[in-house]
Amino acid sequence: MLVSIKWLKEYVNTQELDPAELGEKITRSGIEVDAVIDRSHGMTNVVVGYVESCEKHPEADKLSICQVNVGEDGIQQIICGAPNIAAGQKVIVARPGAKLPGGIKIKKAKLRGEVSNGMICSLQELGIEGKLVPKAYAEGIYVLPENAEIGSDVVTNFDLDDTVLELGLTPNRADAMSMLGVAYEVGAILSEEVKLPEATYTEAAETAESMLTLNIDAPEANPLYVAKVIRNIEVKESPMWLQQRLMAAGVRPHNNVVDVTNFVLMEYGQPLHAFDYDSLKTGNITVRHAKQDEMITTLDDAERKLSPHHLVITNGKEPVALAGVMGGANSEVSDSTTTIVIESAYFASGSIRQTSKDHGLRSDASSRYEKGVDPNRVIPAAERAASLIAELAGGEVLAGSVIFDELEREEKIVKVRPDFINTRLGMKIPFEDMLEILERLKFKTEAANNQLIISVPTRRQDIQIEEDVVEEIARLYGYDEIPATLPETEARPGGLTPYQAKRRIVRHFLEGAGLLQATTYSLTSEKSAKQFALTETDTTRLLMPMSEERSILRQSLLPHLLDSVTYNTARRIDSVALYETGAVFLKTDEELSNEEEHLAIAMTGLWLDNSWQGEKKPVDFFVLKGIVEGLAEKLGVELTFERGQMDDLHPGRTAFIILDGQRIGVIGQLHPTEQKERDLKTTVVLELNLAALLELAADPLLYTPVSRYPSITRDIALVLSKIVEAGTIEKVIRTAGGKLLKDVRVFDLYEGDKMEAGKKSVAFTLTYFDPEKTLTDEEVVAVHDKVLKALTEVGAELRS
Amino acid sequence: MEAQLQALKTEALEKIAAAANVKELNDVRVAYLGKKGPITDLLKSMGKLPAEERPKMGALVNVVREEVTTTLEERMVILEEEAINIKLQSETIDITLPGRPVRTGNPHPLTRVIEEIEDLFISMGYEIAEGPEVEKDYYNFEALNLPKGHPARDMQDSFYITEDILLRTHTSPVQARTMEAKGGEPIKIICPGKVYRRDNDDATHSHQFTQIEGLVIGEDIRMSDLKGTLSVFAKKMFGNDREIRLRPSFFPFTEPSVEMDISCFKCGGTGCNVCKKTGWIEILGAGMVHPNVLEMAGYDSKRLTGFAFGMGPERIAMLKYGVEDIRHFYTNDVRFLSQFQRTEV
Repeated sequence: MLVSIKWLKEYVNTQELDPAELGEKITRSGIEVDAVIDRSHGMTNVVVGYVESCEKHPEADKLSICQVNVGEDGIQQIICGAPNIAAGQKVIVARPGAKLPGGIKIKKAKLRGEVSNGMICSLQELGIEGKLVPKAYAEGIYVLPENAEIGSDVVTNFDLDDTVLELGLTPNRADAMSMLGVAYEVGAILSEEVKLPEATYTEAAETAESMLTLNIDAPEANPLYVAKVIRNIEVKESPMWLQQRLMAAGVRPHNNVVDVTNFVLMEYGQPLHAFDYDSLKTGNITVRHAKQDEMITTLDDAERKLSPHHLVITNGKEPVALAGVMGGANSEVSDSTTTIVIESAYFASGSIRQTSKDHGLRSDASSRYEKGVDPNRVIPAAERAASLIAELAGGEVLAGSVIFDELEREEKIVKVRPDFINTRLGMKIPFEDMLEILERLKFKTEAANNQLIISVPTRRQDIQIEEDVVEEIARLYGYDEIPATLPETEARPGGLTPYQAKRRIVRHFLEGAGLLQATTYSLTSEKSAKQFALTETDTTRLLMPMSEERSILRQSLLPHLLDSVTYNTARRIDSVALYETGAVFLKTDEELSNEEEHLAIAMTGLWLDNSWQGEKKPVDFFVLKGIVEGLAEKLGVELTFERGQMDDLHPGRTAFIILDGQRIGVIGQLHPTEQKERDLKTTVVLELNLAALLELAADPLLYTPVSRYPSITRDIALVLSKIVEAGTIEKVIRTAGGKLLKDVRVFDLYEGDKMEAGKKSVAFTLTYFDPEKTLTDEEVVAVHDKVLKALTEVGAELRS
Repeated sequence: MEAQLQALKTEALEKIAAAANVKELNDVRVAYLGKKGPITDLLKSMGKLPAEERPKMGALVNVVREEVTTTLEERMVILEEEAINIKLQSETIDITLPGRPVRTGNPHPLTRVIEEIEDLFISMGYEIAEGPEVEKDYYNFEALNLPKGHPARDMQDSFYITEDILLRTHTSPVQARTMEAKGGEPIKIICPGKVYRRDNDDATHSHQFTQIEGLVIGEDIRMSDLKGTLSVFAKKMFGNDREIRLRPSFFPFTEPSVEMDISCFKCGGTGCNVCKKTGWIEILGAGMVHPNVLEMAGYDSKRLTGFAFGMGPERIAMLKYGVEDIRHFYTNDVRFLSQFQRTEV
């Protein structure tokens, strides 16, 4: 909502407050002023000129040489390039030395050899947005009315010495979508009275009803309809003051009839529409729901197909307007119109909202209907429009109105106790101060039995319950007056749940291990939604995605995380190690998806880069596996790794991660083809169902006494077939080693050319230990021999 | 024999003095004091002396041995020290070379902001509540006093999955769910999480972003309690000398509703580019829980009241760290992420 302060002053005294000060007061009391716009833009030296003569420039087709009377300085030659310049016009002249918006300074100049003492201006050059300039002047200079005084200052004479407050309205404050509503708000803030506009005109003897019949077939959607008939009007350009009011309010002037309906819309917040009476043809207005597939061409020249939940105004036969949203082209007021019907109606918000939404059409009218207009302004607005049209278009207003009225418009009564207000606020506002604030708001209030009985004006539909009154009192009393206290609640410890606490542990562990936390989008494409997914389910698609790239809910984190890796490597950051935790969305039979919290890791480039000491270690499967093992240890869970395969992962370098027999994750190196596709070098990845890990309760932590007895180690090197996995051998060793075998560790792997083809050497360190006593050599030999025997049995050969 | 002993002593002391390093000195030790050395020989040959001379001669030999030993040890200390000095000198390194790098990662800046807020409120007795990102229209809107067709639903264009299921547009449904689950009991929670709105991504809009909200319900919770709580928050997050101001606003789920500004942490209120010359920065929205919201969740709104507040970690991170484009949070440029490593305290 754009509020011209000059216009506002017609309804309320703003106490000569500076616009910025006024804006600040409005903001602090509840309506945010987003911007304070100076309409003059600091313009100087812009005057009314009279074009005495206008001739073609001999050297330039598009330029005219004009002799312009600028008042005191007499006739000046000005070169003008506008196509619509002509002798006999009153125009806007920027004199040499003039400052125009955008820092433009006007100087004497020569244009193709001809002197130009200034510039004849378009409205755009005065800082008015092109879309607000009347169509007739959109491509050229603006022509002032004939009575404009030559040499007079344009800024002060045509209301450009004005400031506009741009209000950022919240949906509850529909009342402030009108100048009067803003006037009431300012009146309440400044303790000033509001002056209502006048509607006075002489009625013709003939009645409106003699020319127009009215049928309302949808009273629930349209409980009040008022039509005024005005004849013998002359449709023409509006006077300057009206055009300026509209442009200040962000509305483009058209002609006097349309401009008046828009002016009153802005003034009262009540949408109006003017029909060309003759185009209606039937002398009838019928409001009904549209028929299925009925068509209408609206004023924006769009042809629209209707359905029964759209409300239309018809001439009894065919639609002439989309009710409350936009008029029809077939009944538009034109220059030749002589008789008009002014419609002022109350349409239910739901119906308008639906229509507006279905047609993607929002207008100044529909945006007000959607939020609910004041039922008590429907009739006054019609009268006000009739009065202005009679004045500006010279029309004759027929007696009375054609009216259908079933609208309830009682004032809402809200009862509230003063101590309720103070308890809610934690304040002690005196009773008299509350009464004074309600008086400023123009809420009729009775005080009885320690209770405020408030009649809320219908313009304030947002005031429904006690709490709404609490807010009204508080905001006008001043939120600065509220003290700062802390809630008195029962003493309970706050904190993280075990799950949340462990999530932080995971985060700290991974960051300690050198990974950066990333965050990517949950919405993805069909193609990426299931890549690396751990569970096979259908995808979840948005009804109306904004793009295919963001149309499906992801079922794994890795695709977007890998996108982030590529983003970095494409910028020459060769070593990237990222992790992300977040939900993936698995479709179920339930209404809602199963949201599973996952952890994903993606790493590429060097893991260790200490070049000058000759230490360089590229990431590989085992770097990532080590991180996962460390994490499992930190969380006190036992994970096992099982060889596996997954699309887009290296078939020989992929493992599933198993927890309690359940597959909860996958770890692997990207398949070379996928790597190439993603423009990556060797990249290892993890996708893990983190929730499964975090939901497990950890065992209580109990210390094991540190033994006084030493442990004994034995190293063995085994020659194995290449296809035998170290893990298999380790299991054999552990089984054979029994209780006394405390630990088994691989300390060497050799697959070089000293080995027989198809063989490799794996060396283990075995640690024997008895917590009760020092192991004797004999005891160690006994169990170690058992281990060696078991190894021989599985075909492992002891390397000498 | 005595003369022989003296000559031996003189010779030994000369050799000790001449030894240039530990090894040479050790050779001297072995040569003169060793089992096969001349002093030992002398002691062995004592048997040939007459019995009455033996004690005197024995003492004399011991004195000489003592003196040689002491001198040798003193010399040894000096030589060892010299040896160490030489070794140390040869071992000198260029300490300006870089250290062996320790890999460190760090949290995403949004996590950093969210956890800082969580921890503050945990210290005041709050719990952390979480909920689904795919949500029922009921919890996202209806239970929050936003029935179907409510004009305020326009404020947040939503991603619907079916007519009744959508990606949550705020974290408030977690409040609605918590209230429903608590069945009329007092509540003190903080709800962080991801939310989604139908916005085109640009420097200030993101179709996915985060929110963190708070909810307190109890007997006689007042608007002054909200103000006090927000004031503590502002001081903790933005510095002890921050002031707050509340401005009336509108949210369907609170009444009265407010927006909170803090005095600009950059200029202190005199006006700068961060606060757009106003001296104040808008930080969050808040209000007293609307009685309809309480009643919908089964609370007696006559007995229990509450307040709620909500803010955007993106906005806070952008303000605090001077980030100019919201998309940076979702691009995961390592050069951006790794800047959020170091502590600020």
